[in-house]
Amino acid sequence: MKDAAAASRRLAEAWAVLGSVLDPEVPALSVRDLGIVRDVLDHGDALEIVLTPTYSGCPATEVIEHDVLAAIAAAGLGPARVTMRRAPAWTTDWISTEGRRKLAEYGIAPPGPVAADAAAPIRIVGRRADAVACPRCHSLCTERLSAFGSTACKAMYRCLSCREPFEHFKPI
Amino acid sequence: MQASIEVRLSPAVQYLLRLGDTCLIHAQRLVEWCGHAPVLEEDIALSNMALDFLGQARGLLTHAAALEGLGHDEDQLAFLRDERDYRNLTLVELPRGDFAHTMLCNTMLSTWLKLLWARLVDSSDAELAGIAGKAVKEARYHQQHAGDWVVRLGRGTQESRRRCEQALGELWRYVPEMFESDAIDDAARLSGLGPRWSELHQPWLTEMGAILGEAGLALPPESAFRSTGKRGLHSEHMGFILAEMQHLQRAFPGGVW
Repeated sequence: MKDAAAASRRLAEAWAVLGSVLDPEVPALSVRDLGIVRDVLDHGDALEIVLTPTYSGCPATEVIEHDVLAAIAAAGLGPARVTMRRAPAWTTDWISTEGRRKLAEYGIAPPGPVAADAAAPIRIVGRRADAVACPRCHSLCTERLSAFGSTACKAMYRCLSCREPFEHFKPI
Repeated sequence: MQASIEVRLSPAVQYLLRLGDTCLIHAQRLVEWCGHAPVLEEDIALSNMALDFLGQARGLLTHAAALEGLGHDEDQLAFLRDERDYRNLTLVELPRGDFAHTMLCNTMLSTWLKLLWARLVDSSDAELAGIAGKAVKEARYHQQHAGDWVVRLGRGTQESRRRCEQALGELWRYVPEMFESDAIDDAARLSGLGPRWSELHQPWLTEMGAILGEAGLALPPESAFRSTGKRGLHSEHMGFILAEMQHLQRAFPGGVW
């Protein structure tokens, strides 16, 4: 019983530590807010932290792995290892409510829900633009400037009401 | 100078390399645009898409190496094979051409990849299905982006339209290779690894026809020419792109930074 209690405390502490490891490219969010921590397992001799990549080519993946291990070690919860789980594929729907609030506060318009018609045929013309609200003045009168931004996960927008440019976390 | 590795290309490994090498070589061509695109937004877009393709290639090459079972890794497969051992579509090794050429090539390829990834989500190979689940989302975005440009260029100025038509004339002859099925495809179909590529032909033509139609461009007739990159017989451009891509690992074996 005592061991079981210690193990569950270790897991709870590990989850708490992961709540403080920030995404290097969107440092407003922790890896937990981002929804990329799929599981934490206690194997007795070591903790296993299961992560899922956001984009196939996300250059932050290796940095995140390093930061996670460093934070676990610093909290005295090591040894630990990180494993990657591809399926099911990460979706922005996994970003927590708290994470969405932090994104908007940071000036990045959070992603809307991934459309149920995501598998529908591509429409090139006559497509209704997504209504992305300005994270500063909340106006829906915005326009897309660039399909890609400083990272693959974001697009560049401009608010036509307050005239401020902003980034939008793309729903995928 | 680092010598080439010997690879053992079973049908399953070849099926993975055809896809993985197509992503890899396309990524290498796209990064040539870094610092050269007509506007900054497209410069960033092309680099970001190259990164997606590179990420997909990494997953596929790592898995191909595991199936090959000779202890190779993704880097050895990417940088230390001889030209004949690369199995990418000839389409992606062609010189990048102008912006219209790259946008049309991206549209053709992303449409094809989106259809292929959507099928590979149901692969009997769990790792390949996992890679596909992620990649299919990226391919949708790539297709949307490149397709928007083809429409814009096709309906744009006389000059942009002329360049689009020229690109279509140059690239269309490499389409048959995307849909020709052979023994590699038969083996994949049988094992449940993935579909025969010929099964993608009709849906691809339908989607390309819609995009080109919006652009005011006609779907060209099928070319009699047959390219053979996916069987290891490449165009004269392949050696040059490999020379550039492999130079560092050949000159400084195992070099990292």
